[in-house]
Amino acid sequence: MSSVAPPPAPPGPTPPGAGPVLAASRIVKRFGGLTAVNDVSLEVGEREIVGLIGPNGAGKTTFFNCLTGMESPTSGSLTYRGQRLSGRPEHITRSGLARTFQNIRLFPNMTALENVLVGRHSRTDVGVFAAIGRGPKYRREERESAARARELLQFVGLLRVEDELAKNLAYGDQRKLEIARALATEPGVLLLDEPTAGMNPQETRATMELVRAIRDRGLAVVVIEHDMRFIFNLCDRVAVLVHGQKLVEGTPAQVQADERVIAAYLGTPAADEGAP
Amino acid sequence: MTVAAARLGRAVTPFRLPLAALGFALVLAGVDLPWATFSGFPGLMTLSLYPGGAKAYCLILAVGFLLFVIPWDGRRGAALAALGGLAGTAALTLLAIAKDGGGLVNVSIGAWLTLLGGLFGVAAATGLPPDSPPRPWRRLAVPLEWLLIAAAYLAVLFALVVALNTADSPQFIAFLIAGVAAAVAVVRLGIGAAVRVLTDRHLRVATAVGLLVILAFPFTQNGSDYWLRVAASVGVFAAAAIGLNIVVGLAGLLDLGYIAFFGIGAYTAAFLSGANNSTIAVHLPFALVIVMGAVIAAVFGVIIGTPTLRLRGDYLAIVTLGFGEIFRLVMQNNPAHKTNGPNGIFGIPDLSAGGFQLGSSHEVFGVSLSNFANYYYLELVLVVVVMIVFSRLNSSRIGRAWVAIREDETAAAAMGINTINLKLLAFGIGAFLAGASGTINAHLTTQVSPDSYTFLQSVLLLAAVVLGGMGTIPGAVVGSALLIALPEKLRSFQDYRLLLYGIALILMMRFRPEGVIANRRRQREFHDEDASTPDALSAPPGSVVSR
Repeated sequence: MSSVAPPPAPPGPTPPGAGPVLAASRIVKRFGGLTAVNDVSLEVGEREIVGLIGPNGAGKTTFFNCLTGMESPTSGSLTYRGQRLSGRPEHITRSGLARTFQNIRLFPNMTALENVLVGRHSRTDVGVFAAIGRGPKYRREERESAARARELLQFVGLLRVEDELAKNLAYGDQRKLEIARALATEPGVLLLDEPTAGMNPQETRATMELVRAIRDRGLAVVVIEHDMRFIFNLCDRVAVLVHGQKLVEGTPAQVQADERVIAAYLGTPAADEGAP
Repeated sequence: MTVAAARLGRAVTPFRLPLAALGFALVLAGVDLPWATFSGFPGLMTLSLYPGGAKAYCLILAVGFLLFVIPWDGRRGAALAALGGLAGTAALTLLAIAKDGGGLVNVSIGAWLTLLGGLFGVAAATGLPPDSPPRPWRRLAVPLEWLLIAAAYLAVLFALVVALNTADSPQFIAFLIAGVAAAVAVVRLGIGAAVRVLTDRHLRVATAVGLLVILAFPFTQNGSDYWLRVAASVGVFAAAAIGLNIVVGLAGLLDLGYIAFFGIGAYTAAFLSGANNSTIAVHLPFALVIVMGAVIAAVFGVIIGTPTLRLRGDYLAIVTLGFGEIFRLVMQNNPAHKTNGPNGIFGIPDLSAGGFQLGSSHEVFGVSLSNFANYYYLELVLVVVVMIVFSRLNSSRIGRAWVAIREDETAAAAMGINTINLKLLAFGIGAFLAGASGTINAHLTTQVSPDSYTFLQSVLLLAAVVLGGMGTIPGAVVGSALLIALPEKLRSFQDYRLLLYGIALILMMRFRPEGVIANRRRQREFHDEDASTPDALSAPPGSVVSR
């Protein structure tokens, strides 16, 4: 699927439904001689769940890093609700993209609640003097942040462990906490990097429900995953990356049927395709 | 606990009561008999029936043990600490007497009996079943809890005053051993935790009581200047340490040149306060000077920080180390003939505020408070201000962002935190606070010179933060007090002073890596595993195996 050239940036955010929420256009990322991401374009619509699959080393995480500003793409452009995105990760997060990490990157020695509160950072703006003065604005903001953080912990089912240190949480809970923390930045698009890695089938199903619930809150979700059953049951659309290039993009049924995908990724007869 | 100790414990178990009784009797007899054959050893050690000096510490530990630990079960830690402290105190004093008198023949029977009693006690204590978790603190009537807080704080003040007035070094070491043993025993009995719970419950009362205790300190010195001078240095140091705590403890930026910002504040004050040989002939009011010193230091902090805070970890440490040295060398090389080179600037006048001369003594409640007491109180104001800045920032979104950066900078950036700006902010605020305390220090010491701002000073500040407890306010204060006062008390050890100091630091990091006063987060960071995995080698309570 060839991408459309990015439209000229309108002055404000476009109203929902007017176009793709997130449009990555012809993203290229080279590390020296290695081209990790080669001319990949991807559009994500409102309330859409898009899967990103591919064999190890296909460039999925690098592509995510380019989207979230953790790597700057060698070339290509990125728009969020019609606004061009570039620069450091904090600016992109502020614009409305939030992510989780393949290998969990919580703040291990902060409590679950504090982790989520950190996610609120870009949505609050008390400065040094207001914080020292503890004026009404500070108190209102802290109250609202705490309420919102607890609501998100409730949403992912972690309110019972709000005062536990993140590093002491069970593995599955850490994954959920990372999602809650990302949601606290009030994103329009949530990027999940292997959210079910290391989970058992039950936890994987629960995660699937969680992602659907996130979509029902009005977010678009892009998810990298190796668990094919998860991807094909969950996603509205699936893109396949191989050797840094987008091989196929389409509905789960189309992708599953595509011979190139089977050849490049799933290998010979798909007997164990979905085994976690 | 090693396997051998566990085996010994099991062997001793059936005999622990007779052993303890025998040990106690020996100690009682020992402290009533003379310890030395010659007079002159501090504590009147030649007398019978007079427990002075180290004898008193042993007696207190033994009686305390009898009163609090005799309900035997689950108090092995406390018993071991108390009795080990007793044996250690006796042993050290015995050795000191032998050294002073010129041989073990000069040690009298009392010291040997006490040491033997202590060792019996330790043996008996190893036979106790392992510690059971301390019972949760029962709620009492509110005024009663206030009284308990006050009692705890007064006990600390009392111990401090006794410690400071224990002039002689061997006796002071004996006191130190006994004091640390008593403190460990008290903590093992769960009293430390109880005080903590009470403090949390009545934070305002606890703060007020703590402040009163600190305010009362100059009145305990009988008009003597010595410790007030030390306390005044502690105050300056503590304010700077809290500032450094923001940089290191919260934001996790290792700054090895922090003393330079302190020096910038001090030099600013020296230039602008009408010092004798200041090269700038102006005398501004101190209120202005302290702000200027702080702001100039902060500006330098931002100038240094802007390019370097993109570096992480070791690289930042090296750059800040370099900056500290550059500051010192520049001051030493007398740029534009302004800093007087290695001589520095001296004759910085004492402060006065609205007719109140900080340089002279004042009579308050019949006690003469010297100039050092005045500076002590002035610094107290600064420390309180710095504490408020620290604690309020810490509990705001800015403090959380700092901790997040310390924990995982990449993830923090992905959460929308502008890591560079926030690191710069931490650096700038730290420099600001250091500059402010530097200006006061210039007036306190009446002179500034480059060799007051060496790398060693930066390391000392850092050690104060780490030793006291990273990321806590009382930690930085306690750390500063320890690192300044302890070398004073160890003066008579001369050449061994730094060695002892180093040993103390190493022991501290081995046994309490989170610092004297840990913040909750770091305490859990280091000790959560201990609490969840019981000591595998020690048998559970009630299943004591006898041989």
